[in-house]
Amino acid sequence: MSEALCDLTGAELSARLGAGEASASEVLASSHARIDAVEDRVGAFLTRTDQLASERAEELDVYLSTGAPQSPVAGIPVALKDVFTTNGVRTTCGSRILETYVPPYDATAWARLAGAGAVLVGKTNCDEFAMGSSNENSAYAPVHNPWALDRVPGGSSGGSAAAVAAGEAVWALGTDTGGSVRQPASLCGVVGLKPTYGRISRYGLIAFASSLDTVGTFTRTVRDAASMLQVLAGHDPRDATSLDVAVPSYTDGLDGGVAGLRVGVVTDAFGEGVAPGVATSVRAAIDRLAGRGAEIGEVALPHAGYALSAYYLIAPSECSSNLARYDGVRYGYRAPGEHADSIEMMFATRGQGFGPEVKRRIMLGTYALSAGYYEAYYGQAQKVRTLVIRDYEAAFERFDILVSPTSPTTAFRIGEKADDPMAMYLNDIFTIPANLAGVPAISIPSGLDDDGLPVGVQLTAPALDEPTLFRAAHALESELALALRPPLVLGAG
Amino acid sequence: MAYEAVIGLECHVELSTATKMFCACANVFGAPPNTQTCPVCLGHPGTLPVPNREAIARIIKIGLALDSAIAPHSLFHRKNYFYPDMPKNYQISQYDLPICVGGHLDIELADGSAKRVGITRVHMEEDTGKSTHGGGSGRIHDATYATLDFNRAGVPLVECVSEPDMRTPEEAAAYLRELRATLESLDVSDVKMEEGSLRCDANVSLRPAGAETLGTKVEIKNMNSIRSLERALAFEIERQTKTLDADDPIVQETRHWDEDAGSTASMRSKEEAFDYRYFPEPDIPAMEPDPAWVDEVRASLPELPRARRDRYVDTLGLKPEVARVLVADRGASALFEDAVALDAEPVAAANWVTQDVAALRNAAGDNGALTPQHVADVVTLISAGAVSNAGAKQALDASFASGEPVEAAIDRLGLRQVSDTGALGALADEVLAENPDVVQKFRDGKEGVIGFLVGQLMQKAAGAANPKVAQELLRERLQG
Amino acid sequence: MPVEIDIEHVAKLARLDLSDEEIARLRTQLAQILEHAARVGEVAAADVAPTASPIPRANVYRDDVPEPCLPVDEALRNAPERDGDRFRVPRIAETGA
Repeated sequence: MSEALCDLTGAELSARLGAGEASASEVLASSHARIDAVEDRVGAFLTRTDQLASERAEELDVYLSTGAPQSPVAGIPVALKDVFTTNGVRTTCGSRILETYVPPYDATAWARLAGAGAVLVGKTNCDEFAMGSSNENSAYAPVHNPWALDRVPGGSSGGSAAAVAAGEAVWALGTDTGGSVRQPASLCGVVGLKPTYGRISRYGLIAFASSLDTVGTFTRTVRDAASMLQVLAGHDPRDATSLDVAVPSYTDGLDGGVAGLRVGVVTDAFGEGVAPGVATSVRAAIDRLAGRGAEIGEVALPHAGYALSAYYLIAPSECSSNLARYDGVRYGYRAPGEHADSIEMMFATRGQGFGPEVKRRIMLGTYALSAGYYEAYYGQAQKVRTLVIRDYEAAFERFDILVSPTSPTTAFRIGEKADDPMAMYLNDIFTIPANLAGVPAISIPSGLDDDGLPVGVQLTAPALDEPTLFRAAHALESELALALRPPLVLGAG
Repeated sequence: MAYEAVIGLECHVELSTATKMFCACANVFGAPPNTQTCPVCLGHPGTLPVPNREAIARIIKIGLALDSAIAPHSLFHRKNYFYPDMPKNYQISQYDLPICVGGHLDIELADGSAKRVGITRVHMEEDTGKSTHGGGSGRIHDATYATLDFNRAGVPLVECVSEPDMRTPEEAAAYLRELRATLESLDVSDVKMEEGSLRCDANVSLRPAGAETLGTKVEIKNMNSIRSLERALAFEIERQTKTLDADDPIVQETRHWDEDAGSTASMRSKEEAFDYRYFPEPDIPAMEPDPAWVDEVRASLPELPRARRDRYVDTLGLKPEVARVLVADRGASALFEDAVALDAEPVAAANWVTQDVAALRNAAGDNGALTPQHVADVVTLISAGAVSNAGAKQALDASFASGEPVEAAIDRLGLRQVSDTGALGALADEVLAENPDVVQKFRDGKEGVIGFLVGQLMQKAAGAANPKVAQELLRERLQG
Repeated sequence: MPVEIDIEHVAKLARLDLSDEEIARLRTQLAQILEHAARVGEVAAADVAPTASPIPRANVYRDDVPEPCLPVDEALRNAPERDGDRFRVPRIAETGA
């Protein structure tokens, strides 16, 4: 049975396009057909951009037919988490407060992909303002995991993860602030990358927590993730936190293997709270790494236990300030009816426009920054952050790569954790430390558990060492040779 | 009970950089509403601030001019509060790590005494948009709606905080005057209070004379000129005096100066104190100015007003009050110095520039057609006796209007003063011959009558005689 | 030891209208979350400098060169209420913040 074009990897598609064996319009048509077939059950998209995409694909076909140089990104159907601004295309952040907002500019990350020929299929559903681990906080509708439609895809980039898992897009962009790319990648059986903080411009990434937000990618292979990063990475003068360091080749050296690579298994990564199916699958993957010549050891991140606490002070604090601009004055929702004055209008607008999780975090952050509490909360959390950074520095003196499960569990049922914020927050326990430290990490599938649900294994590397990260992940991926495809799409159009 | 007023001033200076503080929108005054905006300064989702290097250079320049220490490490902080003219509902500002720390400004008062006013800090921030109140009188209290223009949002704003070292409205006015002149000499801002590029708020408290602890301070806003500042402070000091004398407490609050009413009024503020929830701006890295850069800026400092005043007094021999007036007006200063460069005698040139020329410039709003050469010529021609003061003034009016050289104006208007002793001597002889009784009075001791004789000579000369020379010639003959 | 939070005061600072039910729920939930978050206080960090940014930089600036602004209609495109070329809002009360 020949694979549908939309189920091929970016690398494979690029080869076919280059060889003239498929056109960009045909590739897009395949993605559209898949979306038409499954979207009513998955709910990955908030806005489809069919017309724009078709026009773009047609343009590309003209360009490609001239034999001009072809970027690895050209013609690839891409989905964007709806927190990336797209000029002229509605961008909601999964919130009612931006339901009708149309940005007047493109996010740099999208502009780079678009400039290289990527085709936008749509804006994906996400937890409201990227706050959540299950996509149940979207103001619009939850996203359904393509592997089991009654289960969550993870979050906050649930729509992007599900879209790639279901073949609705070949690649997708997400954002990872505490694990919001890696955790849904893990739950949806795809590859999710969080690069070094500052590696990819945040200009146009609608801010949740400024010092933690990182643009991340969803692909089905590590090679595709490397190709995406190659186009996305680099200094942006519009983002003062973007790194002004040379971008190495991420695709050369992918096949370097792991012989002699020092891999540290994070202690406490298999403790209480980790589902047995997850532990088994991830341990097996680590053994396969050893089989390929990696030297396995154990490493502690002593302050990782406090990382969750620090995160739940830093992120809400920054978000309480970042979300202050949503006030009904210049764009977005404004509470209807008469208001006694502008400030009353702001109270009503924000009270009506924000969902419960967003309000919770704004309140938490406002409190933590308020007079008298700064030192004890935000100030102290930033000190814990320094200690987490030092933990990684010490760990990377002995190891090249750290490994752990990405998520303590596989996909849970929709509604299962929705009423317990603390339980929900624990989903990010393995992913948060890398955000605090700004180091790159990737989640790749390690297998399926007994319920047929995907398990993810997380690899972490030192800052700016994505090359080693990709090399290790690629080796493990090829060793495991999984070729995962959710039942939903087998036999789908 | 005698009270001492304690006054501190907080000044905001809009920098005249080419672009705004955190985005590349052009920084211009008076453009049509919302034509100088972009996603960044409108606070659109996803936008990020990038600091303007020139603005940082200018605040360093200001700090150096005020003898501040330039911090080796400083941070932007977010000052969080909600207001419709705030695009992000936080202002990017500085908190406990400002770029400039400490410093001072030396001021001179009208009586010639000097005082050093301490500067607490100078820091960098961004301006807000502008609101216009609608549906009522145009004032805030009876408005039914408001409209917003964000052209000004994001303009670089320097805040300069003085120590509470001033004790009288006059000192405060002198401080503001000196600060304005200093900033003007640096070419960093238009510093026009009437356009809002220089704004000033005051903090005033009273304490019993001789006491050490500070009284409750009241903030005064909305003073739109130096004159306003003086009047507002005078009023507030009196208000607080009356309040304390009546044994009532001073409420710590912000009061609004009403220019028409000539009084301050309480802004009906909500009870909650402002909690700005400051935290370091995560989108902007720290500033650690390279010492070489700071040295470059220091080397580019111009002669500051104080130094210029000292030079005028010490080197050019001007009186301190005259030097003060000149230095306070950059245009006047330039005219004066250029005239001196053309060999005009400084004291005389200064007098002309600060009096008659000043009157012409104030009335016209600019220099008209007047050049330093005109000023120099007036001074030179007078000292040569070729024209009287009155004649020179007339010629100057003509030159101001048309640019005509002073000598040409003198001749055209028939203002040339005769100093030729031969011609005048003949007239003197005539006058003495026609007034023998007056001559006798003089010789009898009534020297005052020489004035009458001078007048007679002037009449004969149809006003074109040099009165000094005339008097000398008459006196010679009378005494001879 | 659960923390007592003045929810009404915080909601006022954050400009959030909350229903009574929301206030009650938040009071409990925030206390729980804060109890967990406050564990950062257990860490001995007196001599540790706080981290402002994970990958620190310094001195990032922009040249003072203008770029085109948004056309006025673009600037106002998303305005909930427009008055000529300005944004319109309900009356602004006497004082800010």
